[in-house]
Amino acid sequence: MADAPATLRSPLYARRGGLGRLNTGTAFGVGLATLWLSLLVLIPLGAVVWRGQKNGFASFLVAATTPEAAAAIRLTVASALLVALVNAALGTLIAWVLVRDDFRGKRVVDALIDLPFALPTIVAGLVLLTLYGVNSPVGLELAYTRAGVVVALLFVTLPFVVRTVQPVLLEMDVEMEQAAASLGAGRLTTFRRIVLPNLLPAISAGTALAFARAISEFGSTVLISGNLPFKTQVASVHIFGQIETDNTVGAAAVATVLLVVALFVLIGLDLLQRWAARHA
Amino acid sequence: MLDATAVLATPRATRPSTQPSTARNTRASKYVMRIVGLGYLTVLVGIPVGLIFWRTFEHGVSPVIDALTDPSVLHAFRVTAIVAFWAVLLNTVFGVGVAILLVRHRFPGRRLLSVLIDLPIAVSPVVVGLALILVYGRFAPVGGWLENHGIRVIFAYPGMVLATMFVSLPLVVREVAPVLEEIGTEQEQAAWTLGANGVQTFRRVTLPAIRWALAYGVVLTLARSLGEYGAVAVVSGRLIDKTQTATLVVEERFQNFDQTTAYAVSVTLAIVAILILVLINVLRPKEHS
Amino acid sequence: MRPPQSAHRARSRSGAALAALVSLIALTACSSASAEPATNLSLVAYSTPQAAYEKIITAFNATSQGKNVTFTKSFGASGDQSRAVVSGLEADYVGFSLEPDVTRLVKGGLVAADWNKDKYAGNVTDSVVVLVVRNGNPKKITGWADLTKPGVEVITANPFTSGGARWNVMAAYGQVIKGGGTEAEGVAYLKALFKNVPVQDDSARKSLQTFTSGKGDVLLAYENEAIFAQQNGQAIEYIVPDSTILIENPVAVTSSTKHPQQAKAFLDFVRTPQAQKIFAENGYRPVIDGVDSPFDFPTPTGLFNISDLGGWTDVTKKFFDPKAGIMAEVETGIGVSVG
Repeated sequence: MADAPATLRSPLYARRGGLGRLNTGTAFGVGLATLWLSLLVLIPLGAVVWRGQKNGFASFLVAATTPEAAAAIRLTVASALLVALVNAALGTLIAWVLVRDDFRGKRVVDALIDLPFALPTIVAGLVLLTLYGVNSPVGLELAYTRAGVVVALLFVTLPFVVRTVQPVLLEMDVEMEQAAASLGAGRLTTFRRIVLPNLLPAISAGTALAFARAISEFGSTVLISGNLPFKTQVASVHIFGQIETDNTVGAAAVATVLLVVALFVLIGLDLLQRWAARHA
Repeated sequence: MLDATAVLATPRATRPSTQPSTARNTRASKYVMRIVGLGYLTVLVGIPVGLIFWRTFEHGVSPVIDALTDPSVLHAFRVTAIVAFWAVLLNTVFGVGVAILLVRHRFPGRRLLSVLIDLPIAVSPVVVGLALILVYGRFAPVGGWLENHGIRVIFAYPGMVLATMFVSLPLVVREVAPVLEEIGTEQEQAAWTLGANGVQTFRRVTLPAIRWALAYGVVLTLARSLGEYGAVAVVSGRLIDKTQTATLVVEERFQNFDQTTAYAVSVTLAIVAILILVLINVLRPKEHS
Repeated sequence: MRPPQSAHRARSRSGAALAALVSLIALTACSSASAEPATNLSLVAYSTPQAAYEKIITAFNATSQGKNVTFTKSFGASGDQSRAVVSGLEADYVGFSLEPDVTRLVKGGLVAADWNKDKYAGNVTDSVVVLVVRNGNPKKITGWADLTKPGVEVITANPFTSGGARWNVMAAYGQVIKGGGTEAEGVAYLKALFKNVPVQDDSARKSLQTFTSGKGDVLLAYENEAIFAQQNGQAIEYIVPDSTILIENPVAVTSSTKHPQQAKAFLDFVRTPQAQKIFAENGYRPVIDGVDSPFDFPTPTGLFNISDLGGWTDVTKKFFDPKAGIMAEVETGIGVSVG
């Protein structure tokens, strides 16, 4: 966008308000998007937060910081961060292999990526339990441990980074990389200087989604984790327990904490993207 | 300093050719990446999914066919199809609109909107159900008003569509937005200056450019909608032959030790998602390697 | 830049595919018009008696009162179902696994306060808490005392998320009291018991499946759950302890029902010998006498029920309050000692 053609400065373009400037069309779009988002997400989530503070902020803090809640939140956030990082790296690698590489059966592999999504989470959990539980056919007994939680999360978050990076890679012009290689740049340099800056928005978008999914996952982790309070109970199971005991306020409090954590990480990734774009 | 613009500015003829050792390194790293990627996928996805397929057809194909043609199961597939269709449609329209808004326009609160779009996925399904009931339940403010006007949301289709939309909200946006950024505004600007209005520009220039990202977004949303269990379970009411979705049937059959039906239904859901993806891959013109 | 020709072809191909997909969805979405039945009753129940209710409904339809009655059925975890009804799920007849799930409806104004003042105390089936072991009883479990021995893994659901698990907890506690122990000894037993619990599934049925998939040495479950598992080919046996709690499953007609007559007729029907026999064939203990059953339902010598322990209202507060309840203390105790 640095060198805009002379036509952009023409009177015709200026009269249309130009691309990007706030005009009635944009305002309408923003209004509509905000309305949609409010009706679907913001108002319901707001109702949850509201319920969480129904008995006052002090009670909210108490409910959100009980030892059991704190342990569940810690386990959930730590696992989600780990899973997000693994996905950022391996997801990009897999997207690269799928787009730039070619081998027999590539299309089959490509189709496999979305499977964790389409499978009901209970099935995912059950199968992982069969594989890594008692009488494990592969000899790895990971069920009912924190490692089991991480495996389940890796399974359900697989498609996120892969699928956000793939379309960008497809659009990317390979000429720049080839030119850099022909000028003597090693693959790592080419990747770091040319490819990564272009991919970073997609990678961070996918990683944000993977993290978000990981902290909210219930169906698969509830089966493989064993739900031992303080050991392997994830936050969503803890919240479920609070709802089941008619402690909606406590459930809402912990849910609010998770929302705040998610917001922090999402904002952080957004800032990273902005920093990367500036320093590209 | 390696600058992309400088590289491109060098006339092609004078660029030094690739050294043989570089080519060897390139090949080696390519194989390493392939092995690592495929290895990870095999262990994480291939083996579990293989186990599911094996378990499904363990006793032959006819028990599977019997399971899938049970009237309640067929009805559940129908419920899932309807809910998924609406969720995908609405989220696609919303997703493309918001992606364009976020990438091509500047307005106060833009970054906040971007962050808020991702937030729904971070909400546990149990909380989604709770949140929707708190607002749209029969005895809740908005829900009560709608109920008085003959519209039931919770424990009926609209609630299930809302829950499914909730959990898959950012998927289309996050596929389309990075590609919109990548392709830049050159072509759109050209169209504008040539006299095209907003709709024409969108239809003729933007849409074709983002169509594969959009396709992936739709597939992801569809896959998520088919496989959604937790949030829909809470707001559906589990009414057999009415609001019971395929995933709820899976849970019910598992609980009743009818593993064949449970696996059969799950495999069907997975295969539908695969088929759509294969369709997209077949339609996509082969990329130049 | 792709040549326009192939782009056009790709576009029309994808357009055709999209049209085909949309019409397929639309076809499935069109529902066939069906003649409306005379009365439709909405039955909301917990998940384990599903098979029994399916048969009972068929039997009811064969009676004169049930001739023109169709049912909308919903089965799920007892607490979830109860909460759904409070949130607006339409129900004419409800059946849950424990009394507090009906009390919630009474508090919500959806069930009359005198729902359990009939001669069955509002219950439709009984059961007992049993100890489920693998075929052959490899760990030689004989009673409650074996469950706290080191090296024994006990499977039970989490009592905060599962009604079934609450029966387990009260049975474990109550058998100490019934045997002459003090309250402190009862709580100590619970603590020792839960130290041996490696997995706490969120529902009783899930804990059954955890056990049948190979985890644990002994499972605390309802007798009817154990029978159900055996009927479905699982390789397990169960021991009815000398001292255990009587599980009582309540049913009620809602006050919001639009068909009170038919709903009451069904409520009466489920306690007729015919319906009770169907329950018995599914492993439930009947609440009326003289019902033939394929199963041996031994009466434990030390049988007690929840009223012996103070009734559900008091017990819920004392044991299952998430902040101050005895079970909250027990769960915290495990956590502190383990991690």
